[in-house]
Amino acid sequence: MTKPLNELTITEAAKGLRAKEFSVRELWDACASAAAAKNPELNAYLELFDADDAAIIAAQERIDRGDAPMLCGIPLAMKDNILVEGHVASAASKMLANHVATYDATVTKKLKDAGALFVGRANMDEFAMGSSTEHSAYGPAKNPIDTGRTAGGSSGGSAAAVAAHMAIAGLGTDTGGSIRQPAAHTGLVGLKPTYGAISRSGLIALGSSLDQAGPLAKSVADAKILFDAMKGTDPMDATTITPYTYAPKEARERLRIGVPRHLLLEGLDADVLARFEETLAKLEALGHTLVDVSLPTSGYALPVYYVIMPAEASTNLARFDGVRYGLAERGATLLEDYVKSKTAGFGSETVRRILLGTFVLSSGYIDAYYRKADKARGVLRAEYDAAFESCDVIAFPTTPSPAFRFGEKSDPVSMYLEDVFTVTANLTGMPAISVPMGDVERDGVSLPTGIHLTAPLGADDLLFRIGALVSGETL
Amino acid sequence: MSTAKATSEDVKRLAALARVDVPEADLERFAAEFDSILAYVGKLDELTLPEAGLEVPPLHNVLRTDGGEYESGTWTKALVAQFPQKEGDSLSVKKIISHD
Repeated sequence: MTKPLNELTITEAAKGLRAKEFSVRELWDACASAAAAKNPELNAYLELFDADDAAIIAAQERIDRGDAPMLCGIPLAMKDNILVEGHVASAASKMLANHVATYDATVTKKLKDAGALFVGRANMDEFAMGSSTEHSAYGPAKNPIDTGRTAGGSSGGSAAAVAAHMAIAGLGTDTGGSIRQPAAHTGLVGLKPTYGAISRSGLIALGSSLDQAGPLAKSVADAKILFDAMKGTDPMDATTITPYTYAPKEARERLRIGVPRHLLLEGLDADVLARFEETLAKLEALGHTLVDVSLPTSGYALPVYYVIMPAEASTNLARFDGVRYGLAERGATLLEDYVKSKTAGFGSETVRRILLGTFVLSSGYIDAYYRKADKARGVLRAEYDAAFESCDVIAFPTTPSPAFRFGEKSDPVSMYLEDVFTVTANLTGMPAISVPMGDVERDGVSLPTGIHLTAPLGADDLLFRIGALVSGETL
Repeated sequence: MSTAKATSEDVKRLAALARVDVPEADLERFAAEFDSILAYVGKLDELTLPEAGLEVPPLHNVLRTDGGEYESGTWTKALVAQFPQKEGDSLSVKKIISHD
């Protein structure tokens, strides 16, 4: 094999392990040593885990027996807001710097059962609030393609780790674009599954009606392998769905790709739009058809999101009070204990969103903001449902521009605009994938861009099918 | 929706509700950022929405029967290890009821 082991995809690594071209130990060592060598520069991981010898030996035995799942022996990057028993899970916050997970998240358990290995816990924006990892309490992760630029966020550490081959694939969480936007900025495939497709048990919550865990991978096939291993109903998360929750749609031979042209008229870099048009032309040449669709309320999705998300975040983060675990500052009274702990533990973006959430939920404003946004969310969902009457998937670019420079988006609203295309899938609960669609050049560097494809609720598999058409893979 | 400017006092009041302290020096900046965020979010004002019927997502919360019983004490050690202050296996907190 010509490629270094850490540069393999899951599919390639699984094949090589079965052909005895290399061992699980050699694959682990290749990823772990690449991670150790590159992390001081990239800050993709907040902690690198020691080799789990028992897990490595067990994975090798399963592969040798010939009954191992695809993920067996595959080293993965784990976002720091997903619990792995016995390891710190800090959500990149000072608030949880000393918080040791007392149990495995359901996704962690499923991946362990499949024989996967964890290289370390990946950097992120604090409590997943941000689009660049510049809000991490432990410094930002850098984009391996251009270290002067961010890897996106909030799952920027996982994206940087996978793009720099410091893991074979990685896990992220996505509340408003936190898997898909970093995937687009680092040339990876990123999937936000249907809300409820994957259990949220053991994830440190941001917006509970929006959050989903999902894969960051080097190929569409790899994203599918991870999704298939993690999906399923979980008694620990009452919002998980069954295969029967949403009526399965009939898979057509020729797909109808809906394009909301009215969303692409402004705010989009010309060369990003050009890559998008080229990708659509490629799909058309393969025999699929393009359909104009109208999503009139989509222009309001981001304002809706910036009401719903802070409302849920402020509610979720109220639990961090310095009493049972996490940072515990002490004052004269119990109230002072709370205030001192929260003030010392939360970074400024976290405080900003807690205050915003407190505001939109406060009496006098809840009708004008929260209830109105909730209603608009219903309208968005209805518009997408109507659009899916005439098309199978809806396409637009994942982000308006390629990866940006550190400090470039210093005011909150310009950072929030990074998610202008991605938030709608979280608000509607629909599955969405970002797949690389070609590079654009900035300051002499080729930077990747991504095409964003949304499917109806429960139709995650359709995204792999069309994603593979874009990437040129055969699933 | 209100078009009034957020003031340092507003930020202070919200911070008190959220039980965080915003340093005096940061109040102005937070108030200004709040204004630009609320101006952006205020776009919602332009929307005419149906009276009712669309709020409920097509999902149902469900209850499950108790199950997966475990022996008392199984999780105690790991949980107690996280307590900032403890007495034996009990979490120690400040007195919250006084007779003043």
